[in-house]
This record gives sequence, structure tokens and C-alpha cells, in this order.
Amino acid sequence: MNINATLIGQAIWFFLFVAFCMKFVWPPISRALEERKQKIAEGLSAADRAERDLVLAQEKASANLKEAKEKAAEIIEQANKRANQIVEESKGQARIEGERLIAKAQSEIDQEINRAREELRKEVAALALAGAEKVLGREVNRDAHKQLLDEVAAEL
Amino acid sequence: MAASSASEYIKHHLGNLTYGQLPAGYDRSCHGHEQTLTDATWTFACNGQEASDMGFMAFHVDSLAWSGGLGIIMCLLFWLGARKASAGVPSGFMNFVEIIIEFIDTQVRDSFHGKSKLIAPLSLVIFCWVFLMNLMDLIPVDVVPMTFQWIMVHFFGWSAHEAYFRIVPTTDPNITLSMSISVFLLVIFYSIKVKGVGGFLGELSFKPFEANGLLGKLILLPINLVLEVIALLAKPVSLGLRLFGNMYAGEFVFILVAGMMGTWQAVAAWPWAVFHILVITLQAFIFMVLTIVYLSMAVEEH
Repeated sequence: MNINATLIGQAIWFFLFVAFCMKFVWPPISRALEERKQKIAEGLSAADRAERDLVLAQEKASANLKEAKEKAAEIIEQANKRANQIVEESKGQARIEGERLIAKAQSEIDQEINRAREELRKEVAALALAGAEKVLGREVNRDAHKQLLDEVAAEL
Repeated sequence: MAASSASEYIKHHLGNLTYGQLPAGYDRSCHGHEQTLTDATWTFACNGQEASDMGFMAFHVDSLAWSGGLGIIMCLLFWLGARKASAGVPSGFMNFVEIIIEFIDTQVRDSFHGKSKLIAPLSLVIFCWVFLMNLMDLIPVDVVPMTFQWIMVHFFGWSAHEAYFRIVPTTDPNITLSMSISVFLLVIFYSIKVKGVGGFLGELSFKPFEANGLLGKLILLPINLVLEVIALLAKPVSLGLRLFGNMYAGEFVFILVAGMMGTWQAVAAWPWAVFHILVITLQAFIFMVLTIVYLSMAVEEH
């Protein structure tokens, strides 16, 4: 248990080990730990941010959904209205067309009636003339009695 | 075991393997033959008397080799850890290294409020190195010394009783005092660096008894100086001797148990070893904490 130069030897060891750890051990490890601390902090704040973003996105999505629903309802309503309108329009058109067709048919009928009447009249005139010739026993001068014949025909 | 041989056994276990200079004209009786040295000679001491006759110019080879070897192992392990260090997910060995580093870092941050690149690695080295050196205490006392003795006797022609060997460096006061004196020098260095030579001397001269007038200061100066210098010098001495005393006492119990019980020592040594694990860790921790406290006292104004 003598005190001797071992003191100096141990001091040299001590110095060497402290210098080694100070240069090659402590700085890289504490730097890595510091970096990790920062990384974790960043990760946590990113998670917080993401959570907030998620809430915002959900709100936005539900708002969008609501808007879309409203729009869809509006469009359906409009479509219904338009359909009704179209139905009404076509009803009107159909009625007009019908009326037009009826009128046309009516006028055709009238024309036919007129024509028939005209022909009838002519035939009646001819018949009357023939009848008259028979009654008179002679030929009726058509030209001479033209006026008379026309009057008869007109009375028919 | 007879009383004399028991005391021989204990003495032998408490002797260091000493390499030093014997003066010219020294009469030795070594390795079975006697001689008178004609010149001052560097050699291994072959008994306690020679070791103490070597004076200051001697080294405890066993203490230095074990402390250096353990320190190198520690540095290599930490260096491996430092090379693998990354901000990613740590695993296995890296976890272990990080736990130690975090632990030391917390201790340093708690007590040391200045800024220093030295103090954290210094604390790391002190804690781990002292722990490893103390840990050697748990190796059964005879295993390594007997092996060493066997090698020296068979290959180098030494007598068995000449082969001293101790494997717990912290049971050597040279080792613990060397570390505490190194810490003490750092304390003085930091004190002067932070407070200046004047501030450092002023702290020694004008406290703890303070006076306002110049005369009062001069009267109190010698008392203050004596008190403060003693307090200052007590730091390294107590720091070194506390560790030495605890480890020496522990070692002594192991040696006593081994000396008394021989092969049956495990029965008594095992419980003591379990208890001693606490002492080993605690003493390493105390040495580190006190180092941090002393250095923070040196840096802070008070």
C-alpha cells in the first residue's frame, strides 16, 4: 500500500480515456439522441396537425355532401318541373293539332258537300231539263231558255 | 489454517505486483538467491519490504494493467455504440449504451448548470470505469492471482510467495487517489478559469467569515484561509479514500472468508458478493456525483 508513481500512470490512463470518450463517444451518441428527440417531437406535432387536418377534411366532406344533396334535390325538382311543363306543352300542341285536323276534315267535308251539291244541282238541272223536254214534247232550246234554266237550277 | 499462515495469506493478497527502481547497494534475496545490487536497478519487487524500499519510483503493474485494460474495453464498447448511434430506432446493445448515456446526462444536467463539453464524458468515464474496476471484486479472490502465480512459478522461476497480484484496481489507494487528484486539478482549473486567480484566492481568503472593513478582512483572513484550504484539500482526499476504503473493506472480507474457509468460501462469499454488488455500483455512482458536484461548485459563484 505504498504511494508511488502508480498515481501518475493512473492519471495518464484517466486522461486518455476521458479524452477518447470526449472526442469519439459522447458527441456522436448525444447528437443521435438529440436528433431522435427532435424527430419524435416533429412526429408528434405532425400527428397533431394530421388530426386537425382530418377534422377539417371531415367537416369539408360533410359540407360538400350536404351541398351535393341540395343541388341534386334542386336538379330533380327542376327536372320534374320541366317534365310537367313538357307534358303540358305537348298536351296543348296535341289539342291544337287535333283541332287543326278536325278543322281540316270539316273543311274537306264541306268541300265534298259543296261539290256533291253542285253535281247534284247539275244533275237535277239536267233531269229537270229532260223532264221538261218530255213534258213539252219537244226540244228545249238550251240557249233560249238558258236564263230560265239557270234560275231553276239555282232554286234547287 | 494456522494463524501465521492465515496472516501470510492475507498479506500476500494485499500486496501489489510492483515494478520499480531499487537503489545501488541494495541487498536482495530473490528467486532463491541473494545478491547485492551494484547499480540502481528497475525490477519487480519480490516482497513487501522491497516494494516499499522502491519509494516513489515504482509502479503497481497489476493495478495499472487491470485499470487500463478495463478502461480500454469500456472505451471500445462505447466506441462501438457511438459508431452505431443514429436517430433511428435503437436495438440491443445500442439500447444499453443509450440508457447509460441518458442516465449520466440526467445526472450531469441535474447538478451542473454551466456549459462544458468535458464534464459529461468525464462523468461517463468515471462511472463506468470505476464500476468495472470495482466489479473485479466479484471474481473469486484466488482465481486470477493463483493463475498468475502458477505462470510465474512455472515459466519465470519465481517463488510462489514472490508473485503478488491484485485484480481490483480500486483497492489500491494509488488508483483512487490518482483519479480524485485529477478531479481536484480540474476543480482548481475550472475555478481559476471561471473566477480568475483573484476570484479563486478571494474565495479562499474572505469566506466563510466575512467582514466589511479592510481591517476586519485582514484579521479574518488567516482563519478563513486555514478553513477553506483544509476544506479544499479534503475534497480529493475524501473522494479518493472513500472509494478506496469501501472497496478495500469489501475485498478484505472476501480475503478473510477465503483464508478461513478455503474451498468452502463460496458459502460465505456468495452472500457478501450479492451485497457487494450494491456497494460496487453505489461507490461508482457516488464518485461520479461528487465529481459533478465539485466541478459545479467550482464553476458557480457562491
